Amino acid sequence: MNFDLNSIWFILVGVLFTGYAMLDGFDLGIGALHLFTRKDEERRVMLNSIGPVWDGNEVWLVTGGGALFAAFPNAYATVFSGFYLALILLLFALIFRGVAIEFRSKQPMYWWRQMWDIGFAAGSILSALLIGVAMGNIAYGIPIGPDGEFAGSFFSLLTPYPLLLGVTTVALFMMHGAIYGLMKTEGELHDKLRRWAMNAIIFFVVCAAITTMATLLYVPHMAERIKDHPWLFSIALANMLAIANIPREFYHGRDWYAFLSSCATMLTLMALFGINQYPYMVYSQPNPENSLTIYNAASSHKTLGVMLVIAGIGVPAVLAYTTCIYWIFRGKVKVDRMSY
Amino acid sequence: MDVLTLSRIQFGLTIGFHYIYPPLSIGLGVMLVIMEACWLKTNNAVYHQMAKFWTNVFALTFALGVATGIVMEFEFGTNWATYSRFVGDVFGSALAAEGIFAFFLESGFLAILLFGWDKVSRKVHFFSTCMVCLGAHFSAVWITVANSWMQTPAGYHLVGAGMHQRAEITDFWAMVFSPSSGDRLFHTLCGAWQAGAFLVVSVSAYYLLTKKHQEFARRSLRIGLSVALIASLLQGVSGHLSGQEVARYQPAKLAAFEGLYTTESNAPLTLFGYVDEQDHKVIGVEAPDLLSFLAHDDFHSTVTGLDAFPPEDRPPVEASFLFFHGMVGIGCLLILIAAAGTWFAWRKVLHQKRWMLWILVFSVLGPEIANQLGWFAAEVGRQPWIVYGLMRTPAGLSAVVKANTVLTSLVLFTLIYFLLLALFIYLLNHKIQHGPHDDDLVPAGKLALPGPLSHGHKKSAS
Repeated sequence: MNFDLNSIWFILVGVLFTGYAMLDGFDLGIGALHLFTRKDEERRVMLNSIGPVWDGNEVWLVTGGGALFAAFPNAYATVFSGFYLALILLLFALIFRGVAIEFRSKQPMYWWRQMWDIGFAAGSILSALLIGVAMGNIAYGIPIGPDGEFAGSFFSLLTPYPLLLGVTTVALFMMHGAIYGLMKTEGELHDKLRRWAMNAIIFFVVCAAITTMATLLYVPHMAERIKDHPWLFSIALANMLAIANIPREFYHGRDWYAFLSSCATMLTLMALFGINQYPYMVYSQPNPENSLTIYNAASSHKTLGVMLVIAGIGVPAVLAYTTCIYWIFRGKVKVDRMSY
Repeated sequence: MDVLTLSRIQFGLTIGFHYIYPPLSIGLGVMLVIMEACWLKTNNAVYHQMAKFWTNVFALTFALGVATGIVMEFEFGTNWATYSRFVGDVFGSALAAEGIFAFFLESGFLAILLFGWDKVSRKVHFFSTCMVCLGAHFSAVWITVANSWMQTPAGYHLVGAGMHQRAEITDFWAMVFSPSSGDRLFHTLCGAWQAGAFLVVSVSAYYLLTKKHQEFARRSLRIGLSVALIASLLQGVSGHLSGQEVARYQPAKLAAFEGLYTTESNAPLTLFGYVDEQDHKVIGVEAPDLLSFLAHDDFHSTVTGLDAFPPEDRPPVEASFLFFHGMVGIGCLLILIAAAGTWFAWRKVLHQKRWMLWILVFSVLGPEIANQLGWFAAEVGRQPWIVYGLMRTPAGLSAVVKANTVLTSLVLFTLIYFLLLALFIYLLNHKIQHGPHDDDLVPAGKLALPGPLSHGHKKSAS
């Protein structure tokens, strides 16, 4: 691996999507857990635990998409036009979820709130699932023609391995959301979340084990680089330890550390994905010679350089004020008149 | 219908629906900054009440703006993949800059604006409001830069050939300051300020008419009318500048706007009328020589007509003409309305002029419609090009997407967007009927005023 601009942007796009998973991951997880809540008061607490931050978290996806468009336009064009229906579904899921948060509290009627509760939960689960399926397809490889265009169909995207990754992503986000919820709630709801979190952890650990096995058996190119460079196994090890540390911290009631471990799990998973994917942006299966790489899919060096300056100025500022905002909203949720 | 028509309808529908919200966010952002500044300066709790009420409306428009905005970013790739490959190097970087500089700023500080009233001090809250407003403006900057490059490409060179040809940046700043970007940004922002200001004006006039929340309404109206008048007058200036820029860099578009089929000197300006596309003429009321003057500052100058372009390079004339004239007509009307409203308010007789208040109530539709028509005119007038002079619209389509796939998504978008629009209007109306909250006259928590002052205002409020 040589550190040229293309590789740096490969990493930066990965960082943006990892940021999205760590932040919007708990929003989507809270949305999925919303299904299990029963009382209006509980639902409001759940919604308001993510209330101030969900909008900002979704911006990571928007910026990740923008960065992909700018840095690797060919990969963006091939994947987005190839995954047309799946992405339109993702958009509808995200729209419903977003407006459900905004609209739910505006009217007190039971049917009104019920409708948006369903929209919020279904939108969250579907978003997580589709994001996972998309990741699964990219990991497994998709058919690409010699012209660089997607050569499959909507249903060819729904094969077992991508679907497995979709379910694993739902599990991961539910666990992440439940742990986040623990930090934000108190009393009865907190106790409920503790039970759900335990189930979610088990759900995720099982999914993660199956996914790991399936990847090693059926997607061998996703383990190739680590096989060639054994020292990279340390990242796989770190991933295992991060996963193992979640129930440990959870058991001791150290929710913040459990949350950090969950973040570390995502970070190491994305790192493993990126390391084995590199230098492919979109791996072509069955014809690897048609793959889109970080070179044949990239923008010009001039643009990658200009954008590195933009990112260099923008990203530290974003990180600084995002941290401040999370700090301001730390602690347990209180529902009041301005709340959702 | 073919993929091209369906994709164009879908993009038009989704961008048109999206563009209801960002101008309101930008305009309301400015109004919020002014209201909170007044509160900080005067300590009058009515301004706190105003800021809080309009923050709620802002949140509604912002949420819909975000939800419908993600669609736009995805659609470049889903429906216009070949276009995305062609412009990614140029357009993509402006879009990424928008994400990093604008969206994070806006959505991050919105958290404090909405939910931080009693968590931070007044000054920090005011700072957050300013950042949200700035973020909204930045997003207008970058998206207008990207769109202006599609109108007047600059700072690039073409690399490769045939299907693999694309534009690459040679000079980033030349791309950012393409010939039209400055004028068009100014024009877009004025339209957004008008949208925000007239919304405040409309709601306040409604309260005055129904004799509700009088103190709140009077002060809101004063701020709203001032911004509306300034923005409308600036919009006149900016419209003229934009027109001259179009005359210089996109003459075919100007000719379509004005229905000018033949190149001529002393070209007349059609004030009202319609285009007879069959006979290549415009029927209506004309002001002699005025178009020549407006386009080139000289009554005798020559204005390029559509005959200077081969038929396959001409935009649709009738639609461009109607959209453009509709926009200009509404723009002029808004100047009159804002001026009349300000005049009556100045003479302190506005509350007696019920007819004027009714006009003000409906004035909110003006900027909304004009903003839509303006974008239609700008985009339709650029046809048949997706990137002016470089790439034709049909060439930008995704290669692998089929017509019935687009039809499916188009039907779904139409259903969902009409539902969202209905809900938006319903909730906006609900908020307006509900009005400002009296509790907000007594700021609580960290925002509470120092003892004696807050006491005084509690009295005056009750």
